[in-house]
Amino acid sequence: MHIPDGFIDIKISAAFSAAAAIAVGGAVKGARNQLSEQSAPLAGLTAVFIFAVQMLNFPVAAGTSGHLLGAALAMVLVGPYAATLALSVVLIIQAFLFADGGLTALGLNIFNMGVVGVWASFGIFLILKKLLPKTKSSIIVASFIAALLSVPAAAAGFVLQYAIGANATFSVSTVLSAMIGTHVLIGIGEAIITALTVSAVLASRSDLVFGWDNQNTKLEIRS
Amino acid sequence: MKISNRKFFAGAMLVSAILAGGVSNYASSHPDGLEKVAEDIGFIDSAKDHALSDSALADYGVSGVKSERLSVGLAGLIGVIATALLSFGLFMLIRKKPVDKNR
Repeated sequence: MHIPDGFIDIKISAAFSAAAAIAVGGAVKGARNQLSEQSAPLAGLTAVFIFAVQMLNFPVAAGTSGHLLGAALAMVLVGPYAATLALSVVLIIQAFLFADGGLTALGLNIFNMGVVGVWASFGIFLILKKLLPKTKSSIIVASFIAALLSVPAAAAGFVLQYAIGANATFSVSTVLSAMIGTHVLIGIGEAIITALTVSAVLASRSDLVFGWDNQNTKLEIRS
Repeated sequence: MKISNRKFFAGAMLVSAILAGGVSNYASSHPDGLEKVAEDIGFIDSAKDHALSDSALADYGVSGVKSERLSVGLAGLIGVIATALLSFGLFMLIRKKPVDKNR
């Protein structure tokens, strides 16, 4: 979902870069309060893992591929603030080292994947966590659904940018339906990878998972 | 089932290196969602060449390495290392500093 240079007008790109910069600044503040000696390395690992898995395009529909976005995965593992930062790191490396995602589009891409993708999935995850019983399986189910919806949410971010700043003149409604349709399909792959990864970390080191607040474990230790 | 910090860390780095350095060769080469939509509708023509499209690692390949497999794998490994340096640097810099050590 990396936007290249040229799709979106340069002024609108600059405006979204400013918005992304403000969000990243806020995320630095938020992450400062959340990251401990223990969770800071996990946040670093999460960025590395997302970079690696983003290289693995999987086929979706005829002639189309998708790859992990990682917003929901990072949010569940390290919390939304550190997730925004992890995604930003990955997008910066991809744009500057691998020419993937335009340099003038970096702000657009951080906005869609690092801000909209992360915070939309966080909202969905919180609602599901309230509704579901407090078990590890619920965390996996909530991660699956949050991941599934995070991809069309990020795609909607692009449609918004297209609507206000496209250099092309094709109708917004055509772009909207094509983007959402395709990205719901990619979201299924996203959901599967996210749920599998969250289950693996929950099984090996549940104490590190932000989305699983270890109340049960803490009570066990006290008793 | 709980594993040590060291094992968890080493395991996750190893998995990332294998995925980026090896499995990446089996990734689908079809256009991704946005690119496909842009091609189908037609706004792909508004894309400009990337300013760094001639750089040594552009498009996840190491320029000058003839073997496609080696080129992609090396680029993936370099990416894993670069992401690790930037992200660990950033997160270690902004984490809460330990106040007292006898917790």
